Amino acid sequence: MRMHSRALAVALALSVAVAAGQSHAAEAPASAAAEPAAAEHEGGGPIGTGWKKWHAGNELANIASLQRGARNFTNYCLGCHSLKYVRYSRLAEDLQIPDDALEQFLLPPGDKPADYILSSMPAADAESWFGKAPPDLSLIARSRGTDYLYQFLKTFYADPSRATGVNNLRLDATAMPHVLSELEGVKKAVFRNVEVRGDDGKPRTDRVFDKFETIVPGRLSEADYDAFVRDTVNFLDYAGEPSQVKRRALGVWVVLFLLAFTWLAWQLKKEYWKDVH
Amino acid sequence: MATQIPAAPPTAKPQGLKAWFYKRLPVEEFVSDQLTGYYAPKNFNFWYYFGVLATVILVLQLFTGIFLTMFYKVGEATAFDSVEFIMREVEWGWLIRYLHSTGASFFFIVVYLHMFRALLYGSYKAPRELLWLFGMAVYLALMAEAFMGYVLPWGNMSFWGAQVIVNLFGTIPAIGPGLVEWIRGDYGIADATLNRFFALHVVAIPLALLLLVVLHLVALRRTGSNNPDGIEIKEKLGANGKPLDGIPFHPYYTVKDLVGVGVFMILLSIVVFFVPTLGGLFLEGPNFEPANPLSTPDHIAPVWYFTPFYAILRAVPDQRMGALLMGLAVAAFLFLPWLDRSPVKSMRYRGWMSRGALAIFVVSFLVLMYLGLQPAEGLYVLLARIFTVLYFAFFVLMPFYSRFDTVKPVPERVTFHAHA
Repeated sequence: MRMHSRALAVALALSVAVAAGQSHAAEAPASAAAEPAAAEHEGGGPIGTGWKKWHAGNELANIASLQRGARNFTNYCLGCHSLKYVRYSRLAEDLQIPDDALEQFLLPPGDKPADYILSSMPAADAESWFGKAPPDLSLIARSRGTDYLYQFLKTFYADPSRATGVNNLRLDATAMPHVLSELEGVKKAVFRNVEVRGDDGKPRTDRVFDKFETIVPGRLSEADYDAFVRDTVNFLDYAGEPSQVKRRALGVWVVLFLLAFTWLAWQLKKEYWKDVH
Repeated sequence: MATQIPAAPPTAKPQGLKAWFYKRLPVEEFVSDQLTGYYAPKNFNFWYYFGVLATVILVLQLFTGIFLTMFYKVGEATAFDSVEFIMREVEWGWLIRYLHSTGASFFFIVVYLHMFRALLYGSYKAPRELLWLFGMAVYLALMAEAFMGYVLPWGNMSFWGAQVIVNLFGTIPAIGPGLVEWIRGDYGIADATLNRFFALHVVAIPLALLLLVVLHLVALRRTGSNNPDGIEIKEKLGANGKPLDGIPFHPYYTVKDLVGVGVFMILLSIVVFFVPTLGGLFLEGPNFEPANPLSTPDHIAPVWYFTPFYAILRAVPDQRMGALLMGLAVAAFLFLPWLDRSPVKSMRYRGWMSRGALAIFVVSFLVLMYLGLQPAEGLYVLLARIFTVLYFAFFVLMPFYSRFDTVKPVPERVTFHAHA
């Protein structure tokens, strides 16, 4: 049960934070579109602009990062999300986690190493709390991509109109509360209005994301939170296809063998074809 | 040119167990008829690798498929999980699965290049019409095989792709709705559909494919291979009764094809080991989510090898007409032997009209392939319409441009330059 209470507490904390920062949330005037450059370069540049081009840049070969990601997952995600195709024992083997460390830091009490990584949250409860059962994350890096996950975890912003108190740039109206807000803090999103010409040729006003402003600082610095997210995404990338590191390593040898084989076949062909004129 | 390739030297009389077998099984006759005594034109170029490569990939698909069925569990509750079980917990399961999924796409790459070769050198023209038709039957069976195989992992794109394709049959007047229900075995794409697609994918269609491939090869043995010059080598025989421009298939083409197979395996391995999804082209992202009848993927697109036809389907505002045109786009190939009125086979000796038409057709096919992967909106729809017209113009106008085109004289003997 500890996880539900955390999620609810976070949602509560967020709504308070949002209420505090609400007076600043007024949208920039429509004319802001004309001079966006002026605001962008003061104070080392705004946070969050260009988020659509952010890359996860995770490294599957970095075992330490994967181990940290596994820890992050069990601490912050497993309350609601499962990895139903991954066993603790396989994880420990691939991530070089010793048995005692597995028992001590990752394995929930009562679970065995050969068990699959399952959330203890009952699906029916989850659905009534969030309106949607939290998805299993075994394949999320494969279906959505690592960049998507990285952008998702870094673009939560306060939105008092949402039941969770937050919204997300990557997945608008997400049902997920910002469970990492104690680490990242709470950001406000600044939007500006932009005049665009629609497909029908009529001018129309679009609300475009401009930048983030921190309203409540978190426990981690911006760089540390970034590393935290990157490790977590790295781990989810691993969980999506545990054999991928081995696959690439083996591939090098297979291709080298085939190159040698093809060279030999080519020599054989040349020899035989000498008598074709 | 003067020296004639000698036929295989007479081998020593078999003895012992070998003699026992040869007396009961025509091993020697088969080898001398089909391999050492089968003469193929000596001027085969790059485009002549794809027949043997298609055979290699067929065998690869059969073998990997057999091993996949040992762990795959058909059924809407188990299919998706069993594929992940293969990918994660079966020893080398990921390799077998990636070979099979990559093999499907490579099969189509090879078959499309094989078909292009036929267009380039007029290989469908008399006397090879039946050879061409058997080949087209193989292609149609392959399309059915690939479509049903794509449904088996029961991902969300499997489900919605099946929905779109099966519903196409619903556009047939009168019998359409009943036919769709009969294909699905239910009122929607469901467990019954998945089970029958499995039966068809692993038993019925592979058997049909093998039979059609055998017929394709038997017809090839009767007429002999065409070649880049489009000359019938059987018309110029040497003293030994064998074609002057022919060489025994074995060992000359077996060793040459071995090189092609090597290069092919390298390319296949690069995809299998380094980019098995090929950026969503060979394995699509939404298919890593289980089938969900309540959640339509943002953008349903079939796998790349069907997208030229899918683009044609969507280019037509009326769905029934679109489905009809899509069917015609595939069926048009069947009529090529009779649409082509050119006196020569190979593009080498045809004029600018035939060459231009083929170039426009290839560009249209590739552009439609790209458009079929994009959402059907705005400029894409307009482009799809333009290239659909160009696609069909290639076939419809062929009786005219192929007849009026200026042709160059075809040489008596094939063009061949021996490598130093």
